[in-house]
Amino acid sequence: MALDNSLAVLIAPFVDMASAPIFFAEVVVGGFIAGVMYAMVALGFVLIFKASGVFNFAQGVMVLFAALTLVGLMEHGLPVWLALVITTAVMIILAFAIERVVLRPLVNQPPFTLLMATIGLTFFLEGFGELVWGSNVKKLNLGLPEAPVDVGGMLLNQFDLLAAFTAATLVAVLAFLSQKTSLGRALRAVADDHQAATAVGISLQTIWVTVWSVAGIVALVGGIMWGAKSGVQFSLSLIALKALPVLILGGLTSIPGAIVGGLIIGVGEKIAEVYWGPLVGGAIENWFAYMLAMVFLLFRPQGLFGEEIIERV
Amino acid sequence: MQHKKTSWMVVGLAMLVGLIGAAPGLAQNEIFIPLLVYRTGPYAPSGIPIANGYTDYLKLLNTRDGGVNGVKITWEECETQYDTKLGVECYEKLKNQGPTGAVLVNPYSTGITYQLIPKAPVDKIPIHSMGYGRTATADGRVFAWTFNFPTTYWSQVSAFVRYVGEQEGGIDKLKGKKIALVYHNSPYGKEPIPTLELLAKQYGFELTLLAVDHPGQEQKATWLQIRRSQPNWIFLWGWGVMNQVSIKEAAAINYPMDHLIGAWWSGSEADVVPAGEGAKGYRSGNFHGVGTDFPLHAAILKQVYNGDQAAAKANNFGEVLYNRGLINAVYDTEAIRTAMAKFGNKPLTGEQVRWGFEHFDLMEARLKELGLAGFTRPIKVSCEDHEGNGPVFIQQWDGKQWQKLTDWISPMREVVRPQLEQAATDYAKENNLTPRNCASES
Amino acid sequence: MLYREAGQFKESYRKDQAIFPVMQDRVCVVALLVVASVVVPLVANEYWLQAILIPFLISSLAALGLNLLTGYAGQVSLGTGGFMAVGAYTAYKMTTAFPALNILLIFLLSGLVAAAIGLVFGIPSLRIKGLYLAVATLAAQFFLMWLFNRVAWFYNYNPSGTITAPPRTFLGLMVTGPEATATIRYLVALTFVVVFALVAKNLVRSEIGRTWMAIRDMDVAAEIIGIRPLTTKLTAFAVSSFYCGVAGALVLFLYLGSVETLAFDINVSFQVLFMIIIGGLGSILGSIIGAAFITIVPIFLTNAPRVIGLAVPVDLSKNIEAIIFGGLILFFLIVEPQGLARLWQIGKEKLRRWPFPY
Repeated sequence: MALDNSLAVLIAPFVDMASAPIFFAEVVVGGFIAGVMYAMVALGFVLIFKASGVFNFAQGVMVLFAALTLVGLMEHGLPVWLALVITTAVMIILAFAIERVVLRPLVNQPPFTLLMATIGLTFFLEGFGELVWGSNVKKLNLGLPEAPVDVGGMLLNQFDLLAAFTAATLVAVLAFLSQKTSLGRALRAVADDHQAATAVGISLQTIWVTVWSVAGIVALVGGIMWGAKSGVQFSLSLIALKALPVLILGGLTSIPGAIVGGLIIGVGEKIAEVYWGPLVGGAIENWFAYMLAMVFLLFRPQGLFGEEIIERV
Repeated sequence: MQHKKTSWMVVGLAMLVGLIGAAPGLAQNEIFIPLLVYRTGPYAPSGIPIANGYTDYLKLLNTRDGGVNGVKITWEECETQYDTKLGVECYEKLKNQGPTGAVLVNPYSTGITYQLIPKAPVDKIPIHSMGYGRTATADGRVFAWTFNFPTTYWSQVSAFVRYVGEQEGGIDKLKGKKIALVYHNSPYGKEPIPTLELLAKQYGFELTLLAVDHPGQEQKATWLQIRRSQPNWIFLWGWGVMNQVSIKEAAAINYPMDHLIGAWWSGSEADVVPAGEGAKGYRSGNFHGVGTDFPLHAAILKQVYNGDQAAAKANNFGEVLYNRGLINAVYDTEAIRTAMAKFGNKPLTGEQVRWGFEHFDLMEARLKELGLAGFTRPIKVSCEDHEGNGPVFIQQWDGKQWQKLTDWISPMREVVRPQLEQAATDYAKENNLTPRNCASES
Repeated sequence: MLYREAGQFKESYRKDQAIFPVMQDRVCVVALLVVASVVVPLVANEYWLQAILIPFLISSLAALGLNLLTGYAGQVSLGTGGFMAVGAYTAYKMTTAFPALNILLIFLLSGLVAAAIGLVFGIPSLRIKGLYLAVATLAAQFFLMWLFNRVAWFYNYNPSGTITAPPRTFLGLMVTGPEATATIRYLVALTFVVVFALVAKNLVRSEIGRTWMAIRDMDVAAEIIGIRPLTTKLTAFAVSSFYCGVAGALVLFLYLGSVETLAFDINVSFQVLFMIIIGGLGSILGSIIGAAFITIVPIFLTNAPRVIGLAVPVDLSKNIEAIIFGGLILFFLIVEPQGLARLWQIGKEKLRRWPFPY
């Protein structure tokens, strides 16, 4: 009996995988796509944490707020490109406002205080977004193709592939900006030591506004990708929870880490749910993602690509 | 610093004012109904139409008829955001309002319903959990104060199986077919499982259970499994964002939408919004009419909206969930009317309205008078049967609106009722309750 | 300002080490307790007790637990909801299996089970630190939620998956179940909070508390001077989970009466964390003030328009409430980043010197 059970858990899923390789490939691809979508949300967290040392609890709400603004403007009849431009502008204004109202008065405060401040921001944006744009589900239609295509026996969604491509591009661009441009250098300097950065003439204000704006734009892209799947509604802000395991696996301060973490979590999640889920009743995705991240953390406590935590006595 | 201090004072004063609590009610010739709604939060797209439907009917009654038999109905909305704790706060705040207190309550949330069920006999406020809540409350001998007519989840899923059997050419043809249940991983989503398992054994179909974790924003793994197992029929038991994503994912894997049947909380206009054209053909269960082709709707349009179609549409006029709120209000006010026939045309107490619910007998002729001929079936509630064994029909989304697809399908009472009674007996045993003896009561 | 704190000389070490060494402070605290236990039940109506005070008390218990772990021992945990669920489900299973066992004893036993579970999930804290640990404890949260949803044994195989608190008595009075009056339940909750707060205060003043604070401040240095991180961190997790487990059992039996796993989901974990941050990390009073802020202020904001007489549609009111609540959090953080307890301390300092500026 025990042998049966252990066979079922240890051997049968692998047999399953091997016997239907095309389906397995489909699961892996599906995992990659899901992971990339998580990574897009995780990117926002990483950018802000890198530059201001703040864990931006409000990132999920920013995704929702950006998507709401975009769809709200489109509903009022604006063409897509204009709505995108105006929404980007709104996110930049939001970044200015956050820097002025939240970050500047709380400079040099302990990380918990800053976290709590972003929580206050979350409540504020939730109420404000719903007040201005309403609580109904809104359809996000950007004229992008949505039909599935058959690729060698696997059914892939055009929109999903587009989302994956966009996310990969975004990560590449951000990684390039961070490593190769002077803005990126300034960012890394600020992340390292606020006071030293100001000492060499880097304006904290400018960096913070820039970073929060970029995070806002990343949130907008994430909001578009996720909002197209489920309609733009309140639950969009809960996506941030799915991005957390990605963050800790990849490392809170690493942009490529977000993508790699996302891919690992995405694929791991899907494989666990499809092959092991039915054995234990299903719906194991959520906790499995966290468990997977935790296992990685036990070997590398700062995440795969995160900055090594050096403690000085 | 000075202006900071004054702003402190203002904030403090505002909070102190909020401290004072409920304003006392004025004794008048009115009946008070508390409305627990969710117009904000994650379930607002579903909560808004329901609240609008309910309040529009009450407004119609008050303005056109002067209330129920001359007694005006007053109500107050309280925002719960579908959260149990806020629901507790709303209930406690409103239960003593009005000349005789609240006479009934519609919790509109499984969590809040479960929480109120033991309180109902103590607070003497009957609960009407129409088509949701605890299915076992259909056994009125154990749950004297909770009513879930016209039908319950277990009845709904048995009607689904009956429908699917018909579609396959006879219920015996179900043998060997595959039915999958994609459900929200919560007590609500798990409701149909025992009945389905029973029916699977009885009729020989293969049942696959696929749980979707709350909130259900990401369902790739579930639909990959569907792609692998290729079930003939899928029953969708979702809520909130899970519905939208499930329907979209089903369309994305090219699953035949007319073989996807959603529960009545997965079949509204909001659920098919993101999938758009891809959702065409999607079916769901329902227990009341769709659209605005009923004399009652014309009356509401005229009386409440002064003929303004646009304003009515903005208030979800005629939508699936609007009609659900509407029929809920109709049932509740008809129960009050039934109670008034016995206790007189005056502000009734919760206990008297409970009697009204238990002796509820909505006949065809009365439905016609109300302007709802064909909207629902006649319903009779009794001491043992708080469900009324209401029939269900299947509706279909044609890309633009929901259309009634089938005729009324009766649930499999012979399967559902014994299960119900067992669940009720178990509850009674666990909570030291003695079931009533219906024969000895009038 | 009202009384001088100086000039009270202690004649024994015991008196000197009292929690409230100043006699007037002690009198105030006792008076507060008398008001809370005698005056409030007489004056407050059922709405106040059921919807405001009982959830406030239970939240302060959970906040105390989390503050011990996060504020004093420095281990950030987001598994609070999961541990509360363990307490609730364990209490339910125990009382349905042994109906004759005293319900208050069952609360404590379920706390012990929650402590054991907390111990297990605290093991990663030996390797993982800071924000990463917080997210790792989310694994505990989601796993426990899944477990209580999936394993039917936990809810006695009942088809709805919800657990309902059966009626139980203590000293002849109905304590749980629908017949239990709000007053009795309030008094039971108050007793638990007072006793546990006292225990927590003493814990943090004792050696255990000092080892926690040492680990929090500089864990490498603490290890060097001989404090064992293993036992310290695991003790912190165990004690904290004990508090959260009891709080969870109280949620089921004294507050809601009927719970599904959604009542203990991630939002609860976040809420309790908010309570201790806004109240003040590393402060017993802070946990209670923070719990009051997070549970009571939203209710005030919701009811304010109603009481003033403004007829505001509910959705507008709820949205404005969210905006104001967020604004209030930001405001209090800017005024005093270390939390409301620190604000109280500063207030007391100012009162000592008033009307002199220094």
